[in-house]
Amino acid sequence: AAMSRKGRKLLVDSLTRSAKHFTKSEVECLVKLFDTLVAKASSQFAGAGFDRTVFRDTLYNAFGMTDDAVLDRVFSTFDKDNTGCITVEEWVEGLAVLLRGTLEEKMKYCFAIYDLNGDGYISKEEMFQMLKHSLLIQPADEEPDEGVKDLVEIALKKMASTYLLVPFLLQDYDHDGKLSFTDFEKAVRDENLLLEAFGPCLPDIK
Amino acid sequence: IFSKASVSFEDVSESSSETDEDEQPLRRQEGSTDLSAEYWGIQKLAKYVKGGDPTATLIALCSMRDFNLSEETCQLAIKDTGCLEVLINLLDTEEIKCQTGSLKILKEISQNMLIRHAIADLGGLEIMVKILDSPDTDLKCLAAETIANVAKFKRARKTVRKHGGIKRLVELLESISMGSSYQAKDIETVRCAALALWSCSKSTKNKKAIRKAGGIPLLARWLKCAHTNILIPIVGTLQECASEPSYRLAIRTEGMIENLVKNLSSEHEELQRHCASAIFKCAEDEEIRDLVRKHEGLQPLSALLDKSENKQLLAAVTGAIWKCAISRENVLKFQEYKTVETLVTLLTDQPEEVLINVIGALGECCQEEENRGTIRRSGGIAPMVNLLTATNPALLVNVNKAVGGCAMEPENMVIIDSLDGVRLLWSLLKNPNPDVQASAAWALCPCIENAKNSGEMVRSFVGGLELIVNLLKSNDKEVLTSVCAAIANIAKDEENLAVMTDHGVVPLLSKLANTNNNKLRRHLAEAIAHCCMWGSNRVAFGDTKAVAPLARYLKAKDPLVHRATALALYQLSEDPNNCVIMHENGVVKLLLAMVGSTDDILQEAAAGCIANIRRLALATEKAKYG
Repeated sequence: AAMSRKGRKLLVDSLTRSAKHFTKSEVECLVKLFDTLVAKASSQFAGAGFDRTVFRDTLYNAFGMTDDAVLDRVFSTFDKDNTGCITVEEWVEGLAVLLRGTLEEKMKYCFAIYDLNGDGYISKEEMFQMLKHSLLIQPADEEPDEGVKDLVEIALKKMASTYLLVPFLLQDYDHDGKLSFTDFEKAVRDENLLLEAFGPCLPDIK
Repeated sequence: IFSKASVSFEDVSESSSETDEDEQPLRRQEGSTDLSAEYWGIQKLAKYVKGGDPTATLIALCSMRDFNLSEETCQLAIKDTGCLEVLINLLDTEEIKCQTGSLKILKEISQNMLIRHAIADLGGLEIMVKILDSPDTDLKCLAAETIANVAKFKRARKTVRKHGGIKRLVELLESISMGSSYQAKDIETVRCAALALWSCSKSTKNKKAIRKAGGIPLLARWLKCAHTNILIPIVGTLQECASEPSYRLAIRTEGMIENLVKNLSSEHEELQRHCASAIFKCAEDEEIRDLVRKHEGLQPLSALLDKSENKQLLAAVTGAIWKCAISRENVLKFQEYKTVETLVTLLTDQPEEVLINVIGALGECCQEEENRGTIRRSGGIAPMVNLLTATNPALLVNVNKAVGGCAMEPENMVIIDSLDGVRLLWSLLKNPNPDVQASAAWALCPCIENAKNSGEMVRSFVGGLELIVNLLKSNDKEVLTSVCAAIANIAKDEENLAVMTDHGVVPLLSKLANTNNNKLRRHLAEAIAHCCMWGSNRVAFGDTKAVAPLARYLKAKDPLVHRATALALYQLSEDPNNCVIMHENGVVKLLLAMVGSTDDILQEAAAGCIANIRRLALATEKAKYG
């Protein structure tokens, strides 16, 4: 159902406020884009939003993001109320972080992506899941997963240690083998390159 | 009056204490043969960098930085495990994060000499130069800073230039516009680019390349900023390039002296040092010496002499003071700041680098009579004479000049003589270095002039007269000139002249007569004039064909040459044969023009010579016609 002009204007104003990083005209464009996407989608949600499939296609076309697993996670972060449908608010606010987020916002976003079960920690198992295919060359005599497990250990030691500087001597880390948001945040502030440590989930701005 | 010592500028003012590593053999420290824990750790991480996708690579790279990359064992472990190749290969990808991760490591480990040679060998420099075009600012900065570390040897600097690195670095300086507020990223970009240019500027061809790329106005521009982090490499680059006249010209015309002087008062000793060093190198030019004074730079320089703990700073400051003191107006200013007294305190317990400059400065200050007394009153003569026993040629040249300067004051001469200074100077005539010989000879002139019983003193140096006469066989023009000057002085004592004649001084002097060098001509003519006053030397000069060449000297444009030549010709004209030769060579006409000179001595000598020639001509006519 088409919105009235006044309704539209109120929407744009409120979104501009809540998303923070876009100008009004930018928000307008995004809303227009949203409408086109909704039109494409099935009428499943009665025009309130679009679904996972449309979302994935859009992000692939716009940003070249190909990893299905990651795209699933991105959808989940966008879909804050977990309805399986992206509303216009979720759309604009989500994009604000993706495209123009501050370091804090991006850190929260990435952490949410990597925290597969949403329990507030990135566990060893979750890290293993995400890094499973990251080793292209495996030495022939090793178990295929040994390398990945080792890499997980390395990552954990790097990011979970809050005070020890010498790797490989570290015997225990806080939180029993998982990464809290505090750990993650500290590690990323220390070394920005670790923001997407477990896989690219932000668009490549080239 | 003596000449400036012709010590090569590069020898003395290369204040950088780093020896060029091209000369050092590449040898690793023999450490323990057990491979360390670091080695295994790094090897394991290298495996993931090599075999992983960008995500895995990044994790491994970030983890690698937890090792102490400034320790040689870690640095060499990276090289030995083949990780260095991998790091450089990563640079060649388009993955900005991987490039960044790799450069962060390369930046640290390239502080190691072996590593940077390896990086250059593996073609890392070319890739880093390409990265300077990247749109990512952090990446550009890392690349520039790593280039700064690697370009510490000749071959690397050449590589950077050959791949367009100089041009790109200069462009980076240009790309940030000057304003009142900078982003941290802007400051970092300029700082890193300047650091890279500084390293590269050690090569002469790169100095030219920087200039051709339009770097000089940019250096001038950034010299005006207030950030010490930027100023240090900018001034560092300027002082490195200041050995080129084109840079000195620009430093003069683009108002850079003002900024250099201003930064002498910085809180950062490293910045002060580079500013002083730049001034040291530039003050070869008179205009720059004047500019330093006009911008009130002499006072801060003098004040910095108190920071005597920092030897590198002290060497730069004393160097700057030395060169500035070449101008008399500057010497007068230094007197106001009691610089001479302070310099005298620095004559002992200082490294050679500092001493050379201190003594050089004192030598220049001796231009002013007052300072010669000040040096004595501050107890400077004894340490100066003591330095005559040094071995460093650059130091000796300056010491000789300073001692000579002091010797112009009879009271100083007493002290110098009592400390055996003249004998020490005389033995320096035996030094293999011609610059040392020449400066010693120059210094002996005032010594001989001002010493009490100088004739006896000279005779007391066993073999001394033979030694100095034999120096007339030297190939070095400056040696010849200075020795002639000394001989002119020595010959004023009749006994010594007799001894020199025995040693063959006349033919040796005559042999030198065919020269176009006005300075040599002048002192040679003076020597000849004085050597005429013994026995049959006048005839001997004629026989050894000195007269005709002397006649030609009158055609020179130098009035000092005229005076000396006239004196010599006057003495020679006492012998009739010489008169004939002079007449044949058109001397009369030339001397007639000089009879009207305002120089009394020239006037008298010219007139006397003409009179002698005319008298002979008359006598000849009388004999012919009865």
